[in-house]
Amino acid sequence: MDKALSIRPDDNLLSKERTLKNQLGYIGGLLWRDRSGVIGMLIFLSVVFAALFAPFITKYDPLAVDFEHSKLPPAWQQGGNFEHLLGTDDLGRDMFSRIIYSARVSLFVSFIGALIASILGVGLGLIAGYVGGRMDAIIMAPVNLVLSLPYLLFVVFIATVLGRSLLNVILIFGITNSPIFARLTRGEVLRIRESAYVESAVSAGARFWRILLIHILPNLIGPLITLATFQVSAMIFYEAGLGFIGLSVPPSVPSWGNMLADGRSYLSSYPWLTTFPGLAIVYTSLGMNLLGDWLRDVFDPKLRRSRR
Amino acid sequence: MLRYFIARIGQSLLLFVGVIFLVFGMVRMTGDPASLMMSRNATPAEVAAFREAMGFDRPISVQFVSWITKVLHGDLGDSLHFRSPALPLVLQRLPATVELAAFGLLIAILISLPIGLIGGSHPGSLLDSVGRFIALLGQSIPDFWLGLILILIFAQHLGWFPVFGNDQLSSVVLPGFVLGMPVMGELTRLTRSAVLEVRGEDYIRTAYSKGLNPSTIYVNHLLRNVTISLVSVIGVEFGYMLGGSIYIETIYAWPGMGQLLGQAVGWFDFTLVQAITIFVSLVVIALNLLTDLAYALLDPRIRHG
Repeated sequence: MDKALSIRPDDNLLSKERTLKNQLGYIGGLLWRDRSGVIGMLIFLSVVFAALFAPFITKYDPLAVDFEHSKLPPAWQQGGNFEHLLGTDDLGRDMFSRIIYSARVSLFVSFIGALIASILGVGLGLIAGYVGGRMDAIIMAPVNLVLSLPYLLFVVFIATVLGRSLLNVILIFGITNSPIFARLTRGEVLRIRESAYVESAVSAGARFWRILLIHILPNLIGPLITLATFQVSAMIFYEAGLGFIGLSVPPSVPSWGNMLADGRSYLSSYPWLTTFPGLAIVYTSLGMNLLGDWLRDVFDPKLRRSRR
Repeated sequence: MLRYFIARIGQSLLLFVGVIFLVFGMVRMTGDPASLMMSRNATPAEVAAFREAMGFDRPISVQFVSWITKVLHGDLGDSLHFRSPALPLVLQRLPATVELAAFGLLIAILISLPIGLIGGSHPGSLLDSVGRFIALLGQSIPDFWLGLILILIFAQHLGWFPVFGNDQLSSVVLPGFVLGMPVMGELTRLTRSAVLEVRGEDYIRTAYSKGLNPSTIYVNHLLRNVTISLVSVIGVEFGYMLGGSIYIETIYAWPGMGQLLGQAVGWFDFTLVQAITIFVSLVVIALNLLTDLAYALLDPRIRHG
C-alpha cells in the first residue's frame, strides 16, 4: 500500500507507541553505555532493596539488646565471628542488621521529603512563572530569601525549635527544599511559556490548569527528576548530620546518623561502630550522585549529543 | 554601575529584614515562645512571669517591631546557659571559625584548581576521569564521618596531627581539610566546566588564528576568564563554610561558632542557637553582596552593562 495513503488513526497510534518504545530503548542503551550511570542505578536499587526487604536479609532485630555479645568486632578481625558480620555495638545489637534497617529511615525521610518539596516547589514555580507580575514577586521573594540563607544553620535552628521526631524531620526537609524546586520550575516555565505549542494551546482556548499540567509540566519532568535525585542525596546527608548532633529521629530508631552519634564516643576502642554506618552513607550518596550526573546528561539534549 | 550597587545593597538589607522576620515567624509558629526560651525545668509560674516580662502577651505586630528594633541594636537576647547576652558570645567565637574556613578554602582551591584546569583542558582523558571521581568523592563523603575517620588514621594511628583543639599550628590541618572537601568538589566541577566553556569562545579561536603563542592564550585569555567565574562563587563558598562548620568543630573541639552551636543544641539553649543563626545569616548575606560587587567590578561586561 502507498505510504501516503495510510492515514488511518491506528497507524498514528502505532507510530506513537513505536517512538515511545524507541525512546525508552534509547535511554536504556545510553544507560548501558555509561558505566557510571549503571553503577549509580545498581547502588540505588540495592539500597531500596535493603530497605524494603530488611527482615529477610538479616535475622537479627536491630533493637535487640544482647549484653553477652556486646562490642564484638567485625567477622574478619580477631574475636569476631560470622554470626555478627559487622560486629555488635556497645549494647550488643547487631551492626549489620542496624545498618540495613537504617536504610529505611534514610530513604523514607529523603523520598517523602523530596516528594513534598517537589509538589510544593513545582506548584509555586508553575504559578510564579506562568502568571508572572505581582504573583511572581510575592512567591519568589520568600523563595529567594530561603535560597540565600546558610541552609544547615536554618535546618538546625528549626529542628531545635520543633524538637526531634520523624514527622518533624520530613516536614523540615520538605519545606526547606521546596524553594530550589520552585526556582528551577519557574525558570523552565518562563522559557516554555514562549513556545509555539503553548501559544497555540492558549489560542485554542485551553484552560489555565490544562496548559500548566498538560502542556508545560511534562516538559519539566527531566530536569525535575535530576534535581530530585541530587536532593535525595543531600537529604540523606542532612538527616544523618542532624542525627549526629541528636536532632533527627528519636535515639531508639536505628538510623545511620544516630549510629554515628553512638559510635563516636567509642571511636578509638571500637572503631567499627563509626566506620560502617559512615560507609553506608558514602555508598548511598555516591550512588545517588552518579545517577544524578547521568540523568543530567540524558535530559540535557546538548550533552546527549556529545555523549553519543 | 552606581545604580546597580545601590540596588544590590538595598536588596541585601531587605534580605536581612527577611531573615529576622523568618526567625521571628518560626518561633511564633511553635505557639509558646516563652517555654522555648526558658530552661526545661522552669515552673509554670516562672514561665508565665517570663511571658509577661518579655511581652509575649502583646499583639503580634507590636512584638515584631520591638523584636526587630532589638536585633538592629545588636540585642539577640540572653543565652539560657551562660545567662549573659548571646551576641558577644558568638562574636568571641568568630575568629576561630574564620581561621578554619580560610584554611579550608585555601586547601580546596589548591586541590581543585589544577584538577579542574587539567580536566577541562583534556576532557575525556584518564586524568579527567580521575579528577571527576575525586570531585565526586569530595561531595559524597559526609564531613562528620570523614572527620572521625581522619582522627582515627592520622591522629591516633599515625600521630601526625593533634586530635583536638587549636593550640598548635598543625591543629588546623585535619578540620580545615575536612571542611574544604565539599567545596573542593564544587570548585573542581566549576573550574572544569568554566575551562570547557571558555575554550569554545570566539575570542580564543581568534587568538589562535592570529598566531598567538598557546601559553599566552592560556594565561591571558583562558585563565583570566576562568578566574572571573571562580571569584563569583568563592565568596559564596566561604559563607557556606562559616555556616557549615558545626560537625567539624564539634568533632575536633575547635573553639569556633560551630562548636558553640553544637553545644547550644545540646543545652537546649534556644536563644544562643537563634543568635548564631541570625549572625551567620548576616555574614553570609554580606559576603554574597561583596562577591557580587567584586564580580561587577572585575567583569567589564557587567561594569559597562
